[in-house]
Amino acid sequence: MAFRSLWAIAALVFACAAAAQPEPIRIGAFLSVTGPAAFLGDPEQKTLELYVEKVNAAGGVLGRKLQLYAYDSAGDAEKARAYVKRLIDQDKVDALVGGSTTGETMAAVPLAEAAGLPFISLAGAVVIVEPVKKWVFKTPHTDRMACEKIFTDMKRRGATRVALISGAGGFDRSMRAECLKVAGSAGVQIVADESYGAGDSDMTAQLAKIKATPGVQAVLNAGFGQGPAIVTRNYRQLAIGAPLYQSHGVASKQFVKLAGDSAEGVRLPAAALLVADTLPDADAQKKVVASYKREYEARFKQEVSTFGGHAYDGLMIVLDAMRRAGTTDKARVRDAIEATRGYVGTGGVVNMSAQDHMGLDLTAFRMLEVRGGDWQLVDFRN
Amino acid sequence: MSAQLLQSLLSGLTVGAIYALVALGFAIIYNASRVINFAQGEFVMIGGMAAAVFVDAGLPLPLSVVAAVGLGMAVGLLLEKLAVEPARGAPVVTLIIITIGASILLRGLAALVWGKKIRPLPAFSGDAPIVIGGTAGGATLLPQTLWVLGTTLAAVAALWWFFNRTLSGKAMLAVSHNRLAAQLVGISVRRVLLVSFGLSAALGALAGVLIAPISFAAWDVGVMLGLKGFAAAMLGGIGSGPGAVAGGLALGLIEALGAGYLSSAYKDVFAFVVLLAALVFLPNGFAGRGAAERV
Repeated sequence: MAFRSLWAIAALVFACAAAAQPEPIRIGAFLSVTGPAAFLGDPEQKTLELYVEKVNAAGGVLGRKLQLYAYDSAGDAEKARAYVKRLIDQDKVDALVGGSTTGETMAAVPLAEAAGLPFISLAGAVVIVEPVKKWVFKTPHTDRMACEKIFTDMKRRGATRVALISGAGGFDRSMRAECLKVAGSAGVQIVADESYGAGDSDMTAQLAKIKATPGVQAVLNAGFGQGPAIVTRNYRQLAIGAPLYQSHGVASKQFVKLAGDSAEGVRLPAAALLVADTLPDADAQKKVVASYKREYEARFKQEVSTFGGHAYDGLMIVLDAMRRAGTTDKARVRDAIEATRGYVGTGGVVNMSAQDHMGLDLTAFRMLEVRGGDWQLVDFRN
Repeated sequence: MSAQLLQSLLSGLTVGAIYALVALGFAIIYNASRVINFAQGEFVMIGGMAAAVFVDAGLPLPLSVVAAVGLGMAVGLLLEKLAVEPARGAPVVTLIIITIGASILLRGLAALVWGKKIRPLPAFSGDAPIVIGGTAGGATLLPQTLWVLGTTLAAVAALWWFFNRTLSGKAMLAVSHNRLAAQLVGISVRRVLLVSFGLSAALGALAGVLIAPISFAAWDVGVMLGLKGFAAAMLGGIGSGPGAVAGGLALGLIEALGAGYLSSAYKDVFAFVVLLAALVFLPNGFAGRGAAERV
């Protein structure tokens, strides 16, 4: 009898403890951790794991712990769709962060819209937020912004007649199309439009054609991978006088290493995260990018990438919205995300609105120039 | 001659010389076995990657180059020993499929062992461009271009000497003309096959080392270079040495001139359209002897 009541008391205590422990906030993620887009998904996943852990160690959000449900969609839109279905129906997540590529994101959009689930995408293309979808937001800057940033800088240096040379990859072609689209409104004229194939080993033929085009004042290479490094070398070989611009697609130390001395004087737009150490202390983003870089690199012993930064911003915007809404109610969290103002992230200062579900402006990009084998900020802030 | 034309020609010759080396590799194995070795492009990749990795590890450049070509050759010999020879009774189509499998395996191994990073290799004698054509409007070429052209020339001369002046070379030619008769006079067909894989792997690796300072080395460069080399070999007439060289140079020039004067967007298209036209109108290539099927 005594034993039985003891058990009953014990059971009661445990039951109370379980009830006192509130339900965790469920964050759903689907990322290309493996496959061709692994360079996007891998740092994104690591970032989410790291910061869910950190937030939990600091007591969670709204007094509740976070729980991450992450799946590897391997760059495959069909897999992404299946996992998002699972995240919605089975895991019953409170918000969705993910979609490393545009394809995966667009596959998830109809599901998130139908379920009424706040969804922050980590992919680049403009189509994700244009036209605006009620439940869908994104953190990365777009290639259209990169074009505008570059054209602005060209015009400052007095160059309005621009030659374009681009690769055959998805990134290259998308950026080329966006640059052609915004050239007119940015006040520059595209006077040559050359391209090269994937795996091409020599672009002097195309560059010689650009060199022979009269009146070229600046050259823009929209490219990704080794192509831009070859273009840069060939460009110096042909001793073309006009300034050369590269895209944010090659904003890494790897590019400077590959192109070597030829990279001197090349300009390109990049996110603040890449120049975390060179940013002046007065810079609004200095604190957040420096601490993200330090924490990520200390934990994973590898260099930060802007992609991981996008995941950081996505998670923080959702959590910030939950705090402001005071609830995880999906409709109210969505409204709070849309009301995000002045959030300082790794990708820039985010000001969302009903018309703008990305919230970044051109200050998100810094114009860099390669000098002495390293980046130098050449920014006049616009 | 305008500077632009000269520049396009130089660019075409450089790339064409690389295609020619790859095409020669195809020709040598084809002659010994009637197999199209689709792993040929991977030897190019191995050459470039290995040289870059060795230089990164601190080896001097000349030693790295020799070691990379040696490694390429070793991989070729192993491929023949482990994959082709055990299946030597199989039909040619089976052997071709084996080489496709080998190329996927080699590419995967390279990505695993050396990583997916793009690697630079320093140029053999500096990066200072040489201006030709006198005036400031002249064309320029890199010292590496001279290395590519010179080494290709030397390799072709060495191959000619090997096939025409040495017993092993003549034995290989004999096998290519009539396998059975060669066997009857005591030539070891197995050895010829082994040598042919070693030789064409070494040529491929050499091409990879030569082009790496211009276009960098990466785990996946072999696919396109292999395909272009195959196209060059077909254009020149598969199995013909001089044809492979002519086909490679022609393909490089067509690409460069097409990109320079017509539209750069269709650069690869020109090459493959010419290849298709050659297959239809000139099925045996420039140097084809007309392979008469005997009944």
